Amino acid sequence: MRAWLALALVCASAGAQPARSGLDFMGPATQAMQRDDSQNPAMLWLHEGQALWNKPEGREQRSCMSCHGDASQSMRGVATRYPAFDTASQGPLNLAQRIGQCRVQHQQATPWSPESEPLLSLETYVAQQSRGLPIAPAADPRLAPFTARGQAAYVRRIGQLDMSCAQCHDGAWDRKLAGNPITQGQATGYPIYRLEWQGMGSLQRRLRNCMTGVRAQAPPFGAAELVELELYLAQRARGLPLETPAVRP
Amino acid sequence: MRGLAALLLAGAAAAQPLAPYTVQGDAIAAPLAGLAGDAARGRAIVANRQLGLCLLCHGAPIPEERFQGDLAPNLAGVGTRWSAGQLRLRLVEPQRLVPGTIMPAYHRTEGLRQVGAAWRGKPLLDAQQIEDVVAYLSSLKE
Ligand code: HEC
Ligand code: HEC
Ligand code: HEC
Repeated sequence: MRAWLALALVCASAGAQPARSGLDFMGPATQAMQRDDSQNPAMLWLHEGQALWNKPEGREQRSCMSCHGDASQSMRGVATRYPAFDTASQGPLNLAQRIGQCRVQHQQATPWSPESEPLLSLETYVAQQSRGLPIAPAADPRLAPFTARGQAAYVRRIGQLDMSCAQCHDGAWDRKLAGNPITQGQATGYPIYRLEWQGMGSLQRRLRNCMTGVRAQAPPFGAAELVELELYLAQRARGLPLETPAVRP
Repeated sequence: MRGLAALLLAGAAAAQPLAPYTVQGDAIAAPLAGLAGDAARGRAIVANRQLGLCLLCHGAPIPEERFQGDLAPNLAGVGTRWSAGQLRLRLVEPQRLVPGTIMPAYHRTEGLRQVGAAWRGKPLLDAQQIEDVVAYLSSLKE
């Protein structure tokens, strides 16, 4: 008995097994909801994101469209390589932060707070332009130290329950936690519509949930620790198709 | 999903100081703080997803609780396999027996990282609760 878990923990390092999207583990109803746009509740946010893309904002009354043109051309593939290195801050930015930067620097509009509805909508719209493309994080050596920190956080035991991400998502996936399947924790479809949230949420919201779940103190939205985890998760999910907007229970 | 939500909503563990104990072999022979356990209370703790959390990972002969985990051995018959002292150590310090196990130490506050403010300095179960769970597990004979 103890053999299997010890063994699982030893040989289940990321990549030792074929990567599988969380979608594979979902029930048929949730799968259908994700796959069929006419059923997918995230479409509301997607349409709102499209409207925001075209909406003039800020001092110069410029829209995302004014600079980037047709998103289906200019944004295709962009989400597959985020988080990406930002020369100004000399660190990684996730897609939402990158959008926020354009809003403030290029549109000169008031910033949106993390997890705000307009930001989630626009991030969903931008990411959806890459739907079906393989996740392909940039091989940028400047990102390596940040990715390494994310990987260290992934295997670090935290919280009163003293558990690591790896123990659940590498060591125990395909088993059941109180009757619910544990997946490989592949971040393939963010932002997602989650039935439990009755709304959209970012990957950082999901990660903060996992941390609070083991009774750990979750870093605030936008914290470097969370972006570093996102970087490592992108490496782990390399090659899986991007699914935004995914649906999860 | 329900699993994590349960962890999330989890209620207050007692804020009592830790009871000292001595490990002999693979057991803690003496009851913590000399307390006597109550098997009925122990069963309630094991069944409680906010308190014991055991059913997130283990199955147990508690048929009214439908959603049980399967990432740890079923607790049925555990009282035949282990003595009370052995069960006590498996709750208090499971990592001493299985290094790297996913099972948390239920009566420990040291050596933990990034513990949420509401839980800091508190063990998952206090000495009385540990003894109650030991009494319940000891009663699970096959
Ligand atoms: C996060 C998962 C998890 C939780 C929560 C958990 N356990 Fe465990 N437990 C395990 C695993 C896994 C093992 C097997 C040891 C190993 O191989 O790592 C185990 C082993 C045991 C054993 C030894 C079983 C045997 O037959 O060898 C007992 C007894 C036990 N647990 C009781 C409990 C009780 C009682 C609770 C709640 C108060 C609990 N556990 C909570 C994961 C968990
Ligand atoms: C005034 C011009 C301008 C506006 C308006 C603008 N952007 Fe940008 N955007 C840029 C430029 C220039 C870059 C790349 C250079 C840089 O700033 O780093 C960029 C980069 C991006 C990137 C990263 C692309 C990549 O390949 O990594 C995204 C995503 C993006 N913008 C989204 C948006 C969204 C969404 C909006 C509206 C909220 C918007 N932008 C508004 C000029 C603009
Ligand atoms: C106690 C077990 C546990 C721990 C520890 C844990 N998670 Fe999770 N995680 C879950 C469960 C349960 C879900 C929801 C079902 C699923 O996708 O596995 C989930 C979901 C996820 C998802 C979403 C997957 C999807 O398909 O959308 C990601 C990503 C994730 N976790 C990453 C992490 C990271 C990173 C950590 C560490 C900071 C972590 N998890 C810690 C149990 C855990």
